[in-house]
Amino acid sequence: MDKSLTMPISGPAISGSNGSRLQAGPQGKRPRKVLSPRNIIVYGALGLAAIYYLIPLYVMVVTSLKGMPEIRLGNIFSPPMEITFEPWVKAWAQACTGLNCDGLSRGFWNSVRITVPSVIVSIAIASVNGYALANWRFKGSEIFFTILIVGAFIPYQVMIYPIVIVLREMGLYGSLYGLILVHSIFGMPIQTLLFRNYFVSLPEELFKAARIDGAGFWQIYFRIMLPMSLPIFVVSMILQTTGIWNDFLFGVVFTRPDTYPMTVQLNNIVNSVQGVKEYNVNMAATLLTGAVPLIVYFVSGRLFVRGIAAGAVKG
Amino acid sequence: MLNNVSARTQSSVSIRDLSLSFGSVKVLENLNLDIHDGEFLVLLGSSGCGKSTLLNCIAGLLEPTEGQIFIKDKNVTWEEPKDRGIGMVFQSYALYPQMTVEKNLSFGLRVAKIPKAEIDRRVARASGILQIEPLLKRKPSELSGGQRQRVAIGRALVRDVDVFLFDEPLSNLDAKLRSELRVEIKRLHQALKNTMIYVTHDQIEALTLADRIAIMKSGVIQQLDDPVTIYNKPKNRFVAAFIGSPAMNFLTGELAEEGGRAVFRTNGVSFSLAGYDASEPLKAGRKVTLGVRPEHIKVDGDIAGGEVHEAVVDIEEPMGADNLLWLKHAGHVMSVRIGGARRYAVGAKVRLAFDMTMASLFDAETEERI
Repeated sequence: MDKSLTMPISGPAISGSNGSRLQAGPQGKRPRKVLSPRNIIVYGALGLAAIYYLIPLYVMVVTSLKGMPEIRLGNIFSPPMEITFEPWVKAWAQACTGLNCDGLSRGFWNSVRITVPSVIVSIAIASVNGYALANWRFKGSEIFFTILIVGAFIPYQVMIYPIVIVLREMGLYGSLYGLILVHSIFGMPIQTLLFRNYFVSLPEELFKAARIDGAGFWQIYFRIMLPMSLPIFVVSMILQTTGIWNDFLFGVVFTRPDTYPMTVQLNNIVNSVQGVKEYNVNMAATLLTGAVPLIVYFVSGRLFVRGIAAGAVKG
Repeated sequence: MLNNVSARTQSSVSIRDLSLSFGSVKVLENLNLDIHDGEFLVLLGSSGCGKSTLLNCIAGLLEPTEGQIFIKDKNVTWEEPKDRGIGMVFQSYALYPQMTVEKNLSFGLRVAKIPKAEIDRRVARASGILQIEPLLKRKPSELSGGQRQRVAIGRALVRDVDVFLFDEPLSNLDAKLRSELRVEIKRLHQALKNTMIYVTHDQIEALTLADRIAIMKSGVIQQLDDPVTIYNKPKNRFVAAFIGSPAMNFLTGELAEEGGRAVFRTNGVSFSLAGYDASEPLKAGRKVTLGVRPEHIKVDGDIAGGEVHEAVVDIEEPMGADNLLWLKHAGHVMSVRIGGARRYAVGAKVRLAFDMTMASLFDAETEERI
């Protein structure tokens, strides 16, 4: 109506034809001091923590590249005078555990043969479990879910002996299949929880739309849900791979010496009491065993971030 | 009951004695609703009134605790959503994010294993109607809100269904787009002549789109009528207060008799009820609420006749086309809608008259229309 009423407020703000209207004093972004007490404390603490964690790693890498004579000098922090990869070769191919002298390579392949199927089986089952619990509420689904979660809190040690008996009765004790089965089952509670919570967070209307479109249980799972859940599959894969690779307890209980996973074999190499302690070989063996989880973190960590960014569709 | 069934063959969707409860919470109670073939029915109510729940029941996404649902005279109470002959549009669009627009439209048809040529024909037709052909190769994340909702409507369109269900389809859009798409949906209905059931909490959408509106409150339909009747003859105080913006004025008082004629008395001031179309005798002494819409109070020059009162301007709200005056009279403050060009100073004295033919009287206790 009366437009002139509002004009004086916004009108003259746009001038500036004859010089700046700015006055001396604060302007634009507030400057931040780099060396403020807050920054010193934060970065100082972070730096100390990083050093605290990195020094052992440094010592290990350096020692694994030295020959035994050099190690006997005792300067554990000094870099190697002469770099040698012999300890790494020995750890991989020649180190002895008991009667076997083919190094860690045997354990490595055992671990691969345990980890890969366990991860695939547990993720496949857990993702379907989580999807069913999140989207297809059935009678008693809440109770089922509660039981599953309680399962996550029962200490493993309690169940070892019963499982040994069960595996023996099934004829799987001592074989890789038995261990794969155990890993798959023990991963179930936490993996199902992970997938259920992710699927619950997806918009329910997508599921409803798919049902109206006539898609059934598996069609919705494979064609709608799965393509949207790359991030959670990556998270789940990281957790399962590193968890199963690093497992020692189940490995030592449920396998025989020729099927020992890498962790158990590493322990046997490092803790063998006969002969000279070959620190450089032990360090190299430890680094080799730890390399797989480390690579998984580095590779899929980036994938994970990308997955989240790609999967985000604003409502 | 059996006699009624044969009498209802005209209805497209029929909901009979439907109840739904989650545990001990009753969301829908004994609900009956018949929707004619080709009708645009709007379910209107505030959040939590059960309107979306009812729509989900019709779609087959929720199982009713009791009662039946008929679509095209077929009992579909136990049918799967896909077998009910319905298409549904959701508030959040619910487009499959990893598929292109084309794949989104055709997903249902591909699941039903319909021949490729037929799929292409239907997608082409739907995208033609909705003018989304240039978007067919894009992903939902590359579309604006309005385009996404258009694709969502298209997904219902390709399925060649009898009944369209809309669950607050425009609530996620900004005001301008909302009014544009509102017109488009109305145009779509006029072109397709399908039965449409539309859930909203927006009364403007309800009034502009509906052939009939069903106003719901806590799982019960309060009134089912065409928009004009709902607006002018609300069945109870809830409906009267829910519909209309600015809201209806409510004056509490009682009925009385003066000179042999019924009047409404509040705080010692009497208003003649001449012209009011009462459904029952107006007995003196009954406690009532008088409801008058802002545009049914006439001021100064607009007064055509009848009883004239004097009031004081309390506040003025110019809204462009209209001007809303808040007037003080008889111990009440009431809003009056006048033309945008007419301005009043605060404190000015004005003459006002109620248009009793358009007013509503409600019993103070039952809140039902008298």
